[in-house]
Amino acid sequence: MTTKNPEYDFAWCPGCGDFGVRRAMEWAIERRMDTLGEVIENTVVVAGIGCSGNMVHLLEGPQPFGIHGIHGRTLPMAFGIKGARPELNVIIAAGDGDFLSIGGEHIAPQAQRNLNVTAVIMDNGVYGLTKGQSSPTTALEVITPTTPYGKIEGALNPLDLYLTLGATYVASGISTKPRDLANLIYDAMSHPGFSMVHVQSPCTTYNDNFEALKGNVGKGIQPLAWNVPDDHDTSDKAAAGELVRSHGIPIGLLYQDPDSVALDDRYAQVMARQKTKTAQDLVDSFAFKVE
Amino acid sequence: MQQDKDFIVRFAGEGGQGMVTSADSLAQSAAQVGYFIQTYSTFPSQIVGGPTWAQVRISNRLVLSSGDQLDALIAFNQEAYDTHAKSVRDGGVIIYNSEAFELEDDGRSFGMRFDELAKSTGNPRAANMVVLGAIAHLVNWPQQYLNDFVVRRFTRGRPNDEHIIEANIKALSLGREGAATTSFDLGELPPTEKPTWDQVLVNGNQAIALGAIAAGVDVFVGYPISPATTILVFMEQNLTGEDKFVYQASSEIESINAIAGAGYAGKKAMTSTAGPGLSLMSEGIGMAWMMEVPLVIADIQRGGPATGLPTKTEQSDFQIALHPAHGDASLPVIAPGTVEECFTAGAVALNWAERYQGPVILLSEHMLSERSQNIPTPDVPGVVDERRLVYRGDNGYLRYENSTMSPMPIPGGPGSYVANASEHDPMGDTTHRPDRHVHMTERRFSKLALLNDGTYEEELPEESVVLMPWGGSKGPAREAYDELLIQGVNFGWYYTMYLHPLPDALLASLQKKDLVIVPELNYLGQFASYLRSLGVRAEALTQYDGLPFGVRDLMVRIPDLAASRKQGVEKA
Repeated sequence: MTTKNPEYDFAWCPGCGDFGVRRAMEWAIERRMDTLGEVIENTVVVAGIGCSGNMVHLLEGPQPFGIHGIHGRTLPMAFGIKGARPELNVIIAAGDGDFLSIGGEHIAPQAQRNLNVTAVIMDNGVYGLTKGQSSPTTALEVITPTTPYGKIEGALNPLDLYLTLGATYVASGISTKPRDLANLIYDAMSHPGFSMVHVQSPCTTYNDNFEALKGNVGKGIQPLAWNVPDDHDTSDKAAAGELVRSHGIPIGLLYQDPDSVALDDRYAQVMARQKTKTAQDLVDSFAFKVE
Repeated sequence: MQQDKDFIVRFAGEGGQGMVTSADSLAQSAAQVGYFIQTYSTFPSQIVGGPTWAQVRISNRLVLSSGDQLDALIAFNQEAYDTHAKSVRDGGVIIYNSEAFELEDDGRSFGMRFDELAKSTGNPRAANMVVLGAIAHLVNWPQQYLNDFVVRRFTRGRPNDEHIIEANIKALSLGREGAATTSFDLGELPPTEKPTWDQVLVNGNQAIALGAIAAGVDVFVGYPISPATTILVFMEQNLTGEDKFVYQASSEIESINAIAGAGYAGKKAMTSTAGPGLSLMSEGIGMAWMMEVPLVIADIQRGGPATGLPTKTEQSDFQIALHPAHGDASLPVIAPGTVEECFTAGAVALNWAERYQGPVILLSEHMLSERSQNIPTPDVPGVVDERRLVYRGDNGYLRYENSTMSPMPIPGGPGSYVANASEHDPMGDTTHRPDRHVHMTERRFSKLALLNDGTYEEELPEESVVLMPWGGSKGPAREAYDELLIQGVNFGWYYTMYLHPLPDALLASLQKKDLVIVPELNYLGQFASYLRSLGVRAEALTQYDGLPFGVRDLMVRIPDLAASRKQGVEKA
């Protein structure tokens, strides 16, 4: 929507990380329009359920097409859109609860297919909209309304998961650096294949971990987030795996498969070899001659 | 009465013994000389083995059902004999495999050593030809019918064709000679006239797929599930060409959301499934209703609930088809009753979805999916490829402003909006305003009125007690109805495959009747219950054993139900 819809009354809390992600997405889409001459209507934003999914209503400026579907199903919808219309630019905007918990079953098949979409996942380590329950990325022993005695599962490592499941572009961003994030999203959209941009986007109300991510010298807090070293070879999947499993949260491009062939290209190649069958051809193939 | 116009034979045994091949071969050889045929088979949910049977009905007039009074039973083992012997009519014949078991002479059975005779021809796989030869003798068929069939079937351009043809014809002769040593005779099938129309031999699922392709389906995404899998497989093989997309999904949840994405992106999109898959799709179907996205779900019913009876027939998904999602939603439902209607339903379902911009359920069933029939060749050029009303104006469009269906923007074109599963305002943004929810709820329901072109059958409209089957029960119900008419027992006849919305004039007629008898294959009497909610005095005649209705049963139960209701009225 534009900023002029008084009827839509949802708002992110002040300081929400999703503001920074929105800025980055807008920049990335605008840059795509500028550099590729692509019209805004060629982009479809497929949003999940939760605070982050409201991104699709809160984008300012030129308005892309949008879907605000049901909980956890952004990938299957993106799959259908891309299958039907490979020329469209499809971006997923979802949170850690939507994408990794209820929607977790869809990551493996789409990564395996190398679906040509970009998923921007806003990770705040909590279910914000339903008021603070634990999510797959909530840390061990954290107390939330649904883990009143402390969470007894360890936190999922999403970056490791994406690499393992076969995503061909895996990047990690942080909402406080929207310029860098915009570049990652732009590159992800340019990548032919399944592109994951996982973003640390803190919830100021239920899980305010800005300080933990950025560190605080005065309090002696070491930052959780650290930059991927300049000499990291982004075509080396094993090296990317070592980075994401080492400690804290590396920020930057971790892996890009230089030989990636997207599903839509493979599909087109296979179908180009098949003969087009009309309905009449098919009906005739069942014709039955009476002697 | 049946024996003078048609011939019903059932092949029963263990899966893998060639039951389906035998039935198909007999059916094809009969169809090739101009008879009407219908085959039906049922088997357990396992890859090989298990009790299986296949049936073929041959007639010189249109076949309405697979038939329930057997003229001949071919029993490959003791279990098959024990299970099916009771279905053989008086005067019918049972041929059993005497290598598997022995029977006392009961005056209607004789044994043959199928495999031994087959081996003696040099082709041990010709046992089903031995059986067909014996059957041909019983119905006094010219040997030439089957010989011609064998020649056509096995002329495949391979070096050993001639050898196989020779062995199979020898097997036919051995079977014929074997049966000739008995005194059994089933009389003669009346001669046929060559049909004056072109025909195709298809089953219900193939007909649905052909109808959908004729109506221009662009995208098909499905997940394997009995008895719908053959539609997915057909589409994978045949939905080719530029701008088409077909894919096996990772689950039914993925299927429904994918075709919703494709429908949103401007394509005619479809999936096929059965009860368990339809349950998984529930939330996605509600979403398509909410967002107003055209798509089609073909639900090929099987026995339920849960995993239920995957390879048996039942008509127990009507209520979930009508209300597949939580909240206020009520979907269009088209339930074909014959193989021919499956073709029409495949096409109309897609067109309805485009026209009212929402999800449509095509409700078929196992008995149609497994029924092969020779039907008049569908009129492909006559199929309408109806496309949705697309928005072509400027940006800034209010997609959901109207109080009914409105032009739909397509990504890449003007009028970007958000398709929202939450209640939404005219722009598609989320809202909680009471007046909006009222407006949008009414808008969504109002669009059903666009689907008022459903056709229906009506006979003896002056009768106050009428028969109204739905779906695949149409065949046996119609056969019972015709026989009752001959006996002088008169009812009215009503039928439509457009179950929701029902054609207005049909509903008005039904509301005037004293009793509407609805034969349906479920415990609850789901469609009758729905008719009652519309003010129709409907009464279900139910069966829930996983099998189609038997014509004989219906001929007893229909007049019984009518009589008991009349008594009840008189007592009151």
